[in-house]
Amino acid sequence: MGMNKDNVLKWLELFAEKIIENKDYLSDLDTAIGDGDHGTNMARGVTEVMKALEDKKPETVTDIFKLTAMTLISKVGGASGPLYGSAFMGMTKTSMTTDDLVEILSSGLADIQKRGKAVSGEKTMIDIWVPVIEALKNGELTAEKIKTFAEATKDLKATKGRASYLGERSIGHIDPGAVSSAYLFETMLEAGVK
Amino acid sequence: MAIGIVIVSHVAEIAAGLKRLVKEVAADVPITTAGGTDDGGVGTSFEKIMKAFEENPAETILAFYDLGSAKMNLEMAMEMTEKEVKLYDTAMIESCYTAAALAQAGVELDAIDQQLKPLKVK
Repeated sequence: MGMNKDNVLKWLELFAEKIIENKDYLSDLDTAIGDGDHGTNMARGVTEVMKALEDKKPETVTDIFKLTAMTLISKVGGASGPLYGSAFMGMTKTSMTTDDLVEILSSGLADIQKRGKAVSGEKTMIDIWVPVIEALKNGELTAEKIKTFAEATKDLKATKGRASYLGERSIGHIDPGAVSSAYLFETMLEAGVK
Repeated sequence: MAIGIVIVSHVAEIAAGLKRLVKEVAADVPITTAGGTDDGGVGTSFEKIMKAFEENPAETILAFYDLGSAKMNLEMAMEMTEKEVKLYDTAMIESCYTAAALAQAGVELDAIDQQLKPLKVK
């Protein structure tokens, strides 16, 4: 099957690299409509995740997800800590009973929504998780599509999260959380997790 | 005292400053704070919030926060703690001050709730 300890570790490693590489870009996106720390916070989080995986050497996909969740919750600092932490916590629970990627990601999405109370169209990371899972279900997920989904948040007006304070002024800017989630899904494809 | 207060802010000085202000009217109400991230930056910390819950001697805790992500960390901590925590989506300074003054006067939780209702802003 498509998901195992090795490609999940590879996935997280590629994700960490991508976040660190694009740290300034993520913070710039966040400066436009938020508090400007998304890149720094996420980079700190993924760096700690890499350290924790190195130290504790979890042996199963479930344990890898769980350690990732706990580390992100305690180390990220901004809103993305509890949100990505909840995503990986949801994935942890479902990975105990299945290795079906759609089910696992759906459970991650459910926990993000439980934590952040956002729905589609509010200019948040939800606006990429929903179409990615849909495309994956139909066997049509590509890196190109993922980028398009992230770009599409540009036209939305933020009604959740820090950007919502800006109201109409948030239109015209890409959501930084959607971009970091795009990196998560792009690197998932690159690592061959399916 | 049965009722205690936890203040969660993105900035340590805001949490400490509000505690100082509130203590003026509520010398005997236990107040603990969770301000800033673990490394002293701007943000909130799940671990600091857990610690603020644990270090507060009250069994019932009223929790006040400043901005959205503080609420998410608070809710996660509430799921983990054994204590009874009540979270208020109210204007932080005004409602924390009001609740503390009422708790100091021995007012019951229901009555505190009622008085905080008009201060709901989020």
